Amino acid sequence: MSASSLFQHDAKNATANLPRRSFIRTALAGYMGKRKAAQDYFQDWQGARQAASEIKYEGVNHLDRYLEEFTRNAEARGTKIFWASNSEQARAYILELCRQKGVQSIVKSKTMTSEEIHLNEALEKEGYHVVESDLGEFIMQLRHETPYHFVLPCMHLRRDEISATFEKTLKSAPTRDPEELTAIARRFMRQEFCRADLGISGANFLVAETGMISITENEGNARLTTALPKIHVALVGIEKVLPKLEDLALFLPMLSATGTAQTLTGYNSLYGGPRQPVEIDGPEEFHVILLDNHRTRLLADPEQRDALHCIRCGACLNVCPIFKNVGGHTYGTTYQGPIGSVITPHLRGLQDWKHLSGASSLCGACTETCPVKIDLHHHLLQNRRNAVAARPVWWEKLLFQGFSFVMRRPALYRLAGKLAPLGFALRKPIGNTPLDPLRPWTATREFPAPPPRTFQEIWKDRGQNKPIV
Amino acid sequence: MAFPKSDSAAILARIREALRLSAPAPSVEAPPDVQSRRRWLPKAGPDYSEQIALFSSQTEVLKAGFLRFPSLDAARQQLAAWAREEKWDRIATHSHPLTDGLLDGSEVPRFQVAPGYDKQELEKCPVGLTACEALVAQTGSVLVSAASSGGRTLSILPPHHIVIATRDQLVPDLTAAFARVRAAYGAQLPGFLSFITGPSRTGDIERILVLGAHGPKRLSIFLIE
Repeated sequence: MSASSLFQHDAKNATANLPRRSFIRTALAGYMGKRKAAQDYFQDWQGARQAASEIKYEGVNHLDRYLEEFTRNAEARGTKIFWASNSEQARAYILELCRQKGVQSIVKSKTMTSEEIHLNEALEKEGYHVVESDLGEFIMQLRHETPYHFVLPCMHLRRDEISATFEKTLKSAPTRDPEELTAIARRFMRQEFCRADLGISGANFLVAETGMISITENEGNARLTTALPKIHVALVGIEKVLPKLEDLALFLPMLSATGTAQTLTGYNSLYGGPRQPVEIDGPEEFHVILLDNHRTRLLADPEQRDALHCIRCGACLNVCPIFKNVGGHTYGTTYQGPIGSVITPHLRGLQDWKHLSGASSLCGACTETCPVKIDLHHHLLQNRRNAVAARPVWWEKLLFQGFSFVMRRPALYRLAGKLAPLGFALRKPIGNTPLDPLRPWTATREFPAPPPRTFQEIWKDRGQNKPIV
Repeated sequence: MAFPKSDSAAILARIREALRLSAPAPSVEAPPDVQSRRRWLPKAGPDYSEQIALFSSQTEVLKAGFLRFPSLDAARQQLAAWAREEKWDRIATHSHPLTDGLLDGSEVPRFQVAPGYDKQELEKCPVGLTACEALVAQTGSVLVSAASSGGRTLSILPPHHIVIATRDQLVPDLTAAFARVRAAYGAQLPGFLSFITGPSRTGDIERILVLGAHGPKRLSIFLIE
């Protein structure tokens, strides 16, 4: 089944699941209230957004320079930098590292880039023991599901479903207490942290000036993942670069406010190399993999380049009416919601993923909420335009030619207006049957009945058919 | 097999090719400098009394313990009381004038982290005691580093993290915290820095806040005034 048909199929099922939809809405409503408080804590949220978009613009539009600066500074402190053009190269590097160092057990903290390159499957295929340490990701791993939301991976699950998962896979006693469920995962993970010889993380930012990576989290699992194993590998998209250390004074609270509605998340950590000679502990080796994986394709499109400013806070998902109704899994992408719909066609092919540009009401809530001011809903329109320009659909073309022909001829337009009630009447007996040409549209919508008289007729009768100055 | 070749040349070439077309800038001006950005960020107040009040209220929201002591001796008594009540068998710590001072005369055995320490043993310690780089009023955070706080693990593995700080370590905001670290270390920044903001937490289960996900369930900040 094509990605587009699968989307249609899954969307239909997901929207029919009313209890789940209401569960998601309740969860997101709570987030909205708290996020407002976190934004109000800023002296000027809009000013902060503008500054953030300018700093990201600077970073992304001088990406070569900042990546070289990052690499230079990171290598000076013993960090090993590997540049990967695609998923295969990134996976090959990690697999070879595992082989050379005799790695057996791997612990991961949340990294969407690893989902992007399907790292877990590749590692497990080679016989490595891999455990996700973020609570949400861990639950999804146990259920063999992909994350539902790239910030809140298991937001769609109720506690009884999580308890059932733990019962089945970890043989724990059933409980309805979130604290006890968290404790079950904590107990299990403690030993995983201590036995792992490789820790894999992502990064939220690369600081060019100091050659450091920045990781934002709440649970402390990323800190344990990066501190205990003897090797730490961070897998990072090339667009994550920030020019200066102090830029974080703006970006850390912004990401916290929009991502999880907090003033600051629990742990915001900077890593500038493996254990330094004067330091007590830390990994012996620190590797940073800079992943392109078609990000340069998006970079080459100046119109949509700002989509690379994204800090993956997930705010655009949380406000999106489509996401709320079709849910995260329906997208079938690593990055869900509006930002995913914008970037996936660039990362994975426009024609296969153009249907996501239609998964939008164009309400603009995503653009309005984006902390780095990405023009998300216009990018969806641009993707629609680009997809049609690259591969026109003959019947759409014909339809619009006909439409344009009629619209430019007032007599024909008037005639069409008069014939509309007739068409409506003729459709009635076949309405919503396989014979009905409008069925795909009317299956979930009411087709409005044409009024008995057109606007032009009413206007004429009122004797006001004069030009308006 | 060997490591695949790093593709830096190809990636940089693609980036430079892509950037030959310029994108519309969000503003005609250069990005604002570090100091002027502060006018948009959360405010921290101009003096110590306002900043300490803010730090205190932030830690309360975060469910972190914030205890102010007039002297090191008063802090020692608090620590001894907890050790008795909770029957601590050990305190994990690192060598630092403040932590050494706080533990001076303490009867609880110490587990000292030093190069090559046993992490399984650290995992069994009920308490980790560290110094820090700074306390941040704006966010209620504690800034720890590999250099000042016993490496990367001590402040995250034991279930109760106690931080000891002095009055002069309070800074208004994140910007000032970065300036503080730069002033202390210059170009040789510690290999690890972390803003700890409250105890470890998660909301992954039905968005309900649970403390003590993987890191400390409890964070206590001792300020010696």
